[in-house]
Amino acid sequence: MLRVEGISKKYKQFEIKNITFQANPGDYFMLLGPSGAGKSVILEIIAGLIKHDEGRILVDDIEVSGLSISKRNVGLVFQDLAIFPNMNVAQNIGYPIRRKGFKRVDEKSKVLQIAEKLSIAHLLERNPSSLSGGELQRVALARTLALEPKVLLLDEPLSAVDVQLRSGLMALLRGLNREGQTIVHVTHDYDEAISLGTNVAVVNNGSIVQTGTPVDVFRNPASEFVANFSGIKNFFQGTIFEKTEHDLRCFVTGNIKIWLYTDDAVGEGFISFSENSVAVSIEKPDSSAINTYKGIIVDVFQQKHGFEIWVDVGINIAALVTWESVERLDLRPNKEVWVSVKANALRFIEKI
Amino acid sequence: MSNPSKQNNSLYTISQNFSWFRLIATLLGGILLLFIISPILGLVLATPIESLFKTAGEQEVQESIWLTIWVAMAATVLFAMLSIPLAYLLARYNFPLRRLVLGIIDLPVVVPHSAAGIALLGFMARDSILGKTSSAMGFDFVGSPAGIALAMAFVSVPFLINYAREGFSAVPERLEKAALNLGASPARVFFTISLPLAWKSIVSGFIMMFARGMSEFGAVVIVAYHPMITPVLIFERFGAFGLKYARPVAVIFIAVCLLVFVLVRLIARKEKKDA
Repeated sequence: MLRVEGISKKYKQFEIKNITFQANPGDYFMLLGPSGAGKSVILEIIAGLIKHDEGRILVDDIEVSGLSISKRNVGLVFQDLAIFPNMNVAQNIGYPIRRKGFKRVDEKSKVLQIAEKLSIAHLLERNPSSLSGGELQRVALARTLALEPKVLLLDEPLSAVDVQLRSGLMALLRGLNREGQTIVHVTHDYDEAISLGTNVAVVNNGSIVQTGTPVDVFRNPASEFVANFSGIKNFFQGTIFEKTEHDLRCFVTGNIKIWLYTDDAVGEGFISFSENSVAVSIEKPDSSAINTYKGIIVDVFQQKHGFEIWVDVGINIAALVTWESVERLDLRPNKEVWVSVKANALRFIEKI
Repeated sequence: MSNPSKQNNSLYTISQNFSWFRLIATLLGGILLLFIISPILGLVLATPIESLFKTAGEQEVQESIWLTIWVAMAATVLFAMLSIPLAYLLARYNFPLRRLVLGIIDLPVVVPHSAAGIALLGFMARDSILGKTSSAMGFDFVGSPAGIALAMAFVSVPFLINYAREGFSAVPERLEKAALNLGASPARVFFTISLPLAWKSIVSGFIMMFARGMSEFGAVVIVAYHPMITPVLIFERFGAFGLKYARPVAVIFIAVCLLVFVLVRLIARKEKKDA
């Protein structure tokens, strides 16, 4: 459907380097990265608004790099929406329809049909200046959908929308995707990427640093950057030493030794492990976990699913435990507890 | 209508922020306004009403006023077709020698208008290429409304181009790109997005060019003494009969200019509201 091969673009202060990814029919492809990573530039290159220096863009296996903006048939919803202020809502939505040699009547019914789908039919005669951010976002989306684009490109579509309206708009986007619309969606919001994306490419500093399904990418972050982005709380910098016991290696951060399996070379790096892989107990656990530490609870707070417990064992380790366990073990700040982490739950990321 | 509390407020701020600088600036500005208003007011007051009516009834005066209005309008409409696309190019694209082009456009403003008239006369005289071509087609620029239109356009077209250019510059390029992305051709983008959004500035430029063209004397008098546009008629009556005879025509023409100016503005505003 959409294939981007080795796109590069040089600016004075910034560079898009060798961007390659593929969005298959029906994919919801997320480009996730911090602001200034170059995500919007990538979208605008695909749409033809910016000329790239190298690489190819294929839509349905046809190279579109040489085509003018209006012939690419990829619909871009701009972050600032770019609603035409000199037209009402119906005229905005009808704008891409008119060129297709539609009759007026057909255009009207098409506009109405799209507007109804996006629940903005009651706004058709309104002036854009009288609409709210959420309504404008829907108008922009409707206008681009009227183009019937092969690929729908969305630039931070939820950033201008109130929190209350976000879930509605997210459901709408997911619905469009389920109907078969291929979507490439740019965002800086990790949760947005996880909850909408069928595929995620993490963008940093003008490059894609990792691509895959959200689970692949965030269970196995390929770099510190991705790991940080995912919001994994147990993330420590340190050094791996050669000294081995069996095939384990010793990672040292501060005064704490953490044992893990890794094939990576000796040297500096990071380890990360999920809050779910940390067990909390009152007595020293008699378990298979090799990394067992005594510490003091420094913080307990409620999360969506269970409680997050922070334990100071020399480093601060976060554990996610159930409400039941908090009650049963009477987990509260200043209490002395043991935490244990299984060696095979740890991931080492070499510092590059 | 401003509300009374706001008015009170602004009075309050003025008294709070009294400064000598503002007082002096206001006085200086007042002198300047007087300088503009008093000669015109003096002219009007020095002209007896009966002479105004008598002059307004003269066929020569009426004809010259109509000629001035329609030729200035024709010049503006005709040159708008050339100016608006150029203004768009200048607003949107950076090309080699762009600054030179901008300088060339402003040239008629700095050139003495009598000199511009001499240059134009050479350009459209019977032995020039333009003159020969037009002669072959059966008409002459020199001493004709067409020549007057060219002279008016030459000195007034920078206003239209510059206003339109500023208007186009103020249209967000993003809207044009969005329209292209929605499958519109560049021409459709221009007519549906750029032109409507720059319309207000273009109309202002149109009015400025029209007004400037109507009031042009220096370039026109050299290209075409006859048929006589009103500024030339005023000059002729002054030269032949003196101040007393020139005054009524001057007053009538100033009134006509103001009337046309206000009318065109009103029409432009109404159009804007209807759109």
